[in-house]
Amino acid sequence: MATLCDVEQAVCQIKDGDIILAGGFYGNGTPELIVDELLRQGQKNLTVINNDGNTTEKGVGRLVAAGQVKKCIFSWCGRLAVLPKLIEEGKIELELCPQGTFAERIRAGGFGLGGVLTPVGLGTLVEEKWAQRVSLNGKDWLYHTPIRGNVAIIEADRADTEGNLVFYLTQRAFSQAMCFAADLVIVQVNKPIEPAGCIHPQDVHVPGVVVDILVQG
Amino acid sequence: MNSKELIACRVAQEFKNGEMVNLGAGIPNLAVKYIKEGVKIYLQAENGIVGCGPHDPSKPIDLFSTDAGENPVSIIPGGAIVDSCTSFGLIRGRHLSTSVLGAMQVDIEGNLANWMVPGGKIAGMGGAMDLVCGAKRVIATMEHCTKDGSPKILKRCTYPLTGQKVVSMIITELSVFMVTPQGLVLTETAPGVSVQEIRQKTEASFEVSSDLQEMVLN
Repeated sequence: MATLCDVEQAVCQIKDGDIILAGGFYGNGTPELIVDELLRQGQKNLTVINNDGNTTEKGVGRLVAAGQVKKCIFSWCGRLAVLPKLIEEGKIELELCPQGTFAERIRAGGFGLGGVLTPVGLGTLVEEKWAQRVSLNGKDWLYHTPIRGNVAIIEADRADTEGNLVFYLTQRAFSQAMCFAADLVIVQVNKPIEPAGCIHPQDVHVPGVVVDILVQG
Repeated sequence: MNSKELIACRVAQEFKNGEMVNLGAGIPNLAVKYIKEGVKIYLQAENGIVGCGPHDPSKPIDLFSTDAGENPVSIIPGGAIVDSCTSFGLIRGRHLSTSVLGAMQVDIEGNLANWMVPGGKIAGMGGAMDLVCGAKRVIATMEHCTKDGSPKILKRCTYPLTGQKVVSMIITELSVFMVTPQGLVLTETAPGVSVQEIRQKTEASFEVSSDLQEMVLN
């Protein structure tokens, strides 16, 4: 069951030091209205978990540029020009995670699993810096901890008043898994929010029971 | 045909009807235009498309229909959209026939380096480590030498690895190599290129296939 809020009220629920799961593959799927409001309210010491951070002008990269972020977990951040300097100055910590492992760590976090065992990244810097090699059943794997957030900020195409969500095309990406992996799920809905029953149950990507706040985009 | 187009054209000869293929940015993506008539492949975009098609320039750009490089794309009739967990399940779960990636270095063991230059800009590995680990076949593409003429097919990669012992095949503008448990085997030379020239431009030692052919480009 979701509550409809204006964006200001919704973002007031996000506190300094929170871990934020942010949907979006570059611009596609990024809840820019929620990011706008985070910039305005100025929460600090955030941990931002997103595929790519996008840029200094778009997406959660704006929070990084504004100095609101102390740690990021990305799979790729080649467009976020401000990041290397902030890392060099010791102002921000960056953890890189292979994209599929990143998705699976979020899924593990949301679905009550103890982590991820994957062959991806064996013998690479990922093993040296961010994961642990384990041997099980005669094979080597990298163990990664699950990822959870205090908050997930998500963009969806459609929602009903129950919070049932439908994504549009590749807007979905990591957002579907992220909705299960945070204590508070805030969703920017691009189309007018519909009465319950308007979305056919078999079309629902995320059931409304895990969605907390809807913001009309 | 310039070097990159030649490599892309040779890559496209590898595609078999019905395969799911992931093409990396740069040279691999160029291979789309050389796909042979009658061959239908399912291009996978790791942000969640099975059956990626070209953007139709007569239609407006849909910002929600993008590939993993944020390029506007279409989805072919019969294509599918999945979330990132499923997309990488397809990759890691060995459902992907072929991953074609741009390489910086490849070595005798089939180790691949393509995500980071020591001391260079921090970017991250994106989906590359998953792709090379999960695909049934990994084709590394690159120009044979760096801009200053140094070899990129090495005894041992010097850059941080993307994956250990993952490359099956190397395609450059001069040559095609297969990576075997015994080492590299030169199987094709580009038109007008001698084995001697390839030896000069390759640090790694290699065998020459008894069935050495000239690269067929069409």
